[in-house]
Amino acid sequence: MESIIRIQDVTFEYKRTGSETSAILALDGISLDIEKGSFTAIIGVNGSGKSTLAKNMNGLMLPTGGKVYVNGMDTADESGIWDVRQTIGMVFQNPDNQMVSAVVEDDIAFGPENLGVDPEEIRRRVDMSLQAVGMYDFRKKAPHMLSGGQKQRIAIAGVVAMLPECIVFDEPTAMLDPQGRREVLDIVEKLNKESGKTIVLITHFMDEVANADRIVVMDGGKIVMDGKPQEIFVRSDELKKLGLDVPFAAELACRLRQRGIDIPENIILMDELADHIKEHC
Amino acid sequence: MIRDITLGQYYPGDSFIHRLDPRFKIIATLVYIVALFIMVDFTSYIFTISYMAAVIIISKVPLSFIMRGMKPILLILACTFLINLFMIKGGDVLLDMGFLTVTEKGLRTAVFLATRLIMLLMVSSMLTFTTKPIMLTDGIESLLKPFKKIGVPAHELAMMMSIALRFIPTLLEETDKIMKAQLARGADFENGNIIKRAKGLIPILIPLFISAFRRADELAMAMEARCYKGGDNRTRLHSLKFTYRDLIATIVTVLMVAALVIQRILM
Ligand SMILES: Nc1ncnc2c1ncn2[C@@H]1O[C@H](COP(=O)(O)OP(=O)(O)O)[C@@H](O)[C@H]1O
Ligand SMILES: [Mg+2]
Repeated sequence: MESIIRIQDVTFEYKRTGSETSAILALDGISLDIEKGSFTAIIGVNGSGKSTLAKNMNGLMLPTGGKVYVNGMDTADESGIWDVRQTIGMVFQNPDNQMVSAVVEDDIAFGPENLGVDPEEIRRRVDMSLQAVGMYDFRKKAPHMLSGGQKQRIAIAGVVAMLPECIVFDEPTAMLDPQGRREVLDIVEKLNKESGKTIVLITHFMDEVANADRIVVMDGGKIVMDGKPQEIFVRSDELKKLGLDVPFAAELACRLRQRGIDIPENIILMDELADHIKEHC
Repeated sequence: MIRDITLGQYYPGDSFIHRLDPRFKIIATLVYIVALFIMVDFTSYIFTISYMAAVIIISKVPLSFIMRGMKPILLILACTFLINLFMIKGGDVLLDMGFLTVTEKGLRTAVFLATRLIMLLMVSSMLTFTTKPIMLTDGIESLLKPFKKIGVPAHELAMMMSIALRFIPTLLEETDKIMKAQLARGADFENGNIIKRAKGLIPILIPLFISAFRRADELAMAMEARCYKGGDNRTRLHSLKFTYRDLIATIVTVLMVAALVIQRILM
């Protein structure tokens, strides 16, 4: 498979402005290839460097050491920076702080407008993106009238309208209630499965990553685990040491699967697992 | 409480006034403000007031909504009215209360000035009530474009304004939240003298500023991620068009101003 993002031995230091010249090493020798069309989840506790890594993926930050390539373009090459950012869309944690306009549809139009797209084509993309996130009926509303989950869906639509190949989500559900979380995760999955977008989902909720193709676990600016969900979930003791909780149902399902009991991989909730066992075993 | 302020808000609608080109509305508002200051007597007020009344009726913005926006300046209005009423002397004495007297000239000036202030406020509120914020900023950007050559940052100003408009409700909500949090910690914003009350604002303003700066930082990052690179080569979803509606409105406005000017010359 071809990779869309190629991260090669990247380090990133935050320079501390102050008397000392000591710097914080937020990324410490990261190498990671994101395959086209894949769904990669990145997990890790607060401060493990997830957001820094995300911002290095689309040139919002440039690595202090190593290289990042997007479709073969070096993110440090200024001439290609807008191509890089159009290719890799990014959704942030706080939906309030990524909306520029007081009307939903004008906000969605912001990205295409920046790209210099024709007005009729902008209109088409705005409608298409709003439908993709199920928010078309809200196109004339003001963002502050919407719930957290709805706002985040608008933020996603704003990125989708730029027609990116890959979308990086940096803890998109951290500020949402359970219902908002569900809404957003469903859209993330749909974008991957139906629209074929490459997805990088950063989160510290383990139960959100069971459907990913691949899980990357970060700690202290390093990648400490990398594999399929079922490979990662069985290492629950190590995960717990890193401060991450494996959802009990997922862990149990993994162990049952290892014993040869057929349980679908998308089962992460206790109820789902219980129902499945009742029906099939 | 804070959310009652309607001044500067948009009142959604689809009326003739709503659909006018924002550039026309901005210029007409400025013209109207100038007109308010060339008025001399009672008849000239008939022109400007009926113009305003027509705008309000056609726009279908309820009077109660407009009035709510006036509330914050009621006090200033009352003060200027009273000062003019008692301080300006001339003509017949209408009321004599010993040390305070009301003269005919005083009454007339007070009424005219108060009307002028109300009209001034009304015309500017009607502009924002009937114009979507984005249209307003687009209009300003378009009107300022000719001045770009002499260094007026037209696009940046418009972008700043539209972001400010976008964040007003968010920051008001946040202020409310911080106030409640401080009240729960025993803060007192109602009692004490002015200095004490002003001091009481510090625990509200500091968290508000910190949060606003953090928001600004994140927003800048999000805008960059969405390929924002300034006003050059940017296209717009809505483009501004001067239509037959604007032509009609221009004619009406010109007639109103002409009538005022002619009347002033005749005086
Ligand atoms: N703007 C910054 N200035 C200095 N240090 C920072 C800054 N942002 C993050 N850091 C530090 O970099 C490390 C990684 O942070 P971050 O990438 O935000 O982690 P995560 O997203 O996993 O919580 C942390 O130790 C954090 O304190
Ligand atoms: Mg983070």
